[in-house]
Amino acid sequence: MEFFFQILINGLSLGFLYALAALGFVMIFKSSSVLNFAHGELMAIGAFLFLVLSTWANLPIWLAFLITLAGSFSLGFIIERFFLRPLIGEALIEVIMLTVGLAIMFKGLMLFVFGGDIHSYPEFLPQALTLHWGAVEVPGVNVATFIVGLIFLGLFGFFFKYSSQGIYMRSVADNQPAAMALGVHVRRVFAISWAIAALVCAMSGIVIGIINGINVHEVSAIGLKVFPVVILGGLDSIGGAIIGGLIIGLLETFTGGYISTGLREVVPYIVLIMILMVKPYGLFGLVEIERV
Amino acid sequence: MENNLLLQINNISVVYSDVIQILKAVSLDVKKGKIVSLLGSNGAGKTTTLKSISGLLKPENGKVTEGTINYEGHNIQNSAPEIVTRLGIIQVMEGRQPFKYLTVEENLRVGTATRWGKPYKKDLELVYHYFAPLVARKHSLAGYCSGGELQMLVMGRALMAQPRLLLLDEPSLGLAPLLVKEIFEIIKRVNQEQATTLMLVEQNANMALQIADFGYVMENGKIVLEGDAKDLIENPDVKEFYLGVAATGAIKTYKDVKSYKRRKRWL
Repeated sequence: MEFFFQILINGLSLGFLYALAALGFVMIFKSSSVLNFAHGELMAIGAFLFLVLSTWANLPIWLAFLITLAGSFSLGFIIERFFLRPLIGEALIEVIMLTVGLAIMFKGLMLFVFGGDIHSYPEFLPQALTLHWGAVEVPGVNVATFIVGLIFLGLFGFFFKYSSQGIYMRSVADNQPAAMALGVHVRRVFAISWAIAALVCAMSGIVIGIINGINVHEVSAIGLKVFPVVILGGLDSIGGAIIGGLIIGLLETFTGGYISTGLREVVPYIVLIMILMVKPYGLFGLVEIERV
Repeated sequence: MENNLLLQINNISVVYSDVIQILKAVSLDVKKGKIVSLLGSNGAGKTTTLKSISGLLKPENGKVTEGTINYEGHNIQNSAPEIVTRLGIIQVMEGRQPFKYLTVEENLRVGTATRWGKPYKKDLELVYHYFAPLVARKHSLAGYCSGGELQMLVMGRALMAQPRLLLLDEPSLGLAPLLVKEIFEIIKRVNQEQATTLMLVEQNANMALQIADFGYVMENGKIVLEGDAKDLIENPDVKEFYLGVAATGAIKTYKDVKSYKRRKRWL
């Protein structure tokens, strides 16, 4: 029974991590309908930035964390300004291909600077965060992920549903020419969504770094996991990202724990296909409204 | 220049993708507080004229290559829509274009984008006052509204921006005759009560000329006729080709050469 609970806890933590990572993805898709293939690389950049600041520059952890967040936020702006803005008005597929290019470029740059080895952070989370419950242990990093993730998911949900800026962002995703005609600053909307997405990516990158160590290939591979998560939850739903993340996380750990570790990576995709056969827009995705 | 002019289009040419010329030397004036109608058949360049004012040419790869558009002392040809809208010019696009996945009220809130952060409750009340059927649909997705509700929604959305010049592109498109009448009555009321200047592109020439003060007729990217709306409605050419009433009483076809074209050859 303890084994079951340990796996359950691990699965939930992993799921929450996926949900957090998927959030940045949903953010960009919701405002610009762009699938961001550079997602994993943005996570890795955040993780490495934190590594440089905390370990190599020896800054206090909180300061390094804040600078990392600010840095990724600006990186999002820079990406929008220099790579995406020239493509405004072009077909969506061109923007999506551009993100593939960005992914390759970022990966190459990181391999060049940091190499392919595994780096790790110094131990910095307080011991008090670790929870014990009988023989079941919840590592502090998972508790921290849970808290930070919950705060961010709540903030984003509120932002998109009620704030004016959030509504403008949704209007751009919905009908860009109409939003322009009403004076919505489309370029600003894209810039903000990329900036916020890069910030969330950095945060999930750091969490992965704490759990697994940082390696360019591994972090960006986990970035690809957001695809099953968001497809399962529905590409544009924040609630869907959470549920999708939890389902994929639980499936992975339970398959790994009870069936075989080899199947761990495969079963989520099998279940994904089965769910999509029943609900083609994902669990919480927007159903295309068609007027007849 | 007379100071009751709000907008003056001076001899503009518009070219798409650097090769396709749509407008050739179009000039027109819009006076403050008036309704100006722009009539013409499909492809005459009416929508392009509106888009050259509102700045929406750019995303479609169009450009004003010659001439000026003057709005209250600003030269706005080829300006970005975010700038033009903040000067008080809002275009309601053809074919309604709601934000389908936003609720009716959220759609209206997008109209406040030009003055982000300022209170908008009063404007919401105003819009619900003009377009009463929207109140009941407040919280439903715009994608599930009827055509009439959507036309009200997109006009209300534009009113939320407190426009000084409202550009309406075919508000009667695909609506039942009774509803068209209602929409035009509301347009007239907005014009009178809010002192909003309006520019109206319409296929329904009869309706448009009834509420307008002044009218322009376009053909092949040029203005071919202009005059007070009450004169235009009596003009034999307009009657024949846009109101569907021939001078002899019988309905004529487009096959016959238009008389003002004949005249133009002598110019």
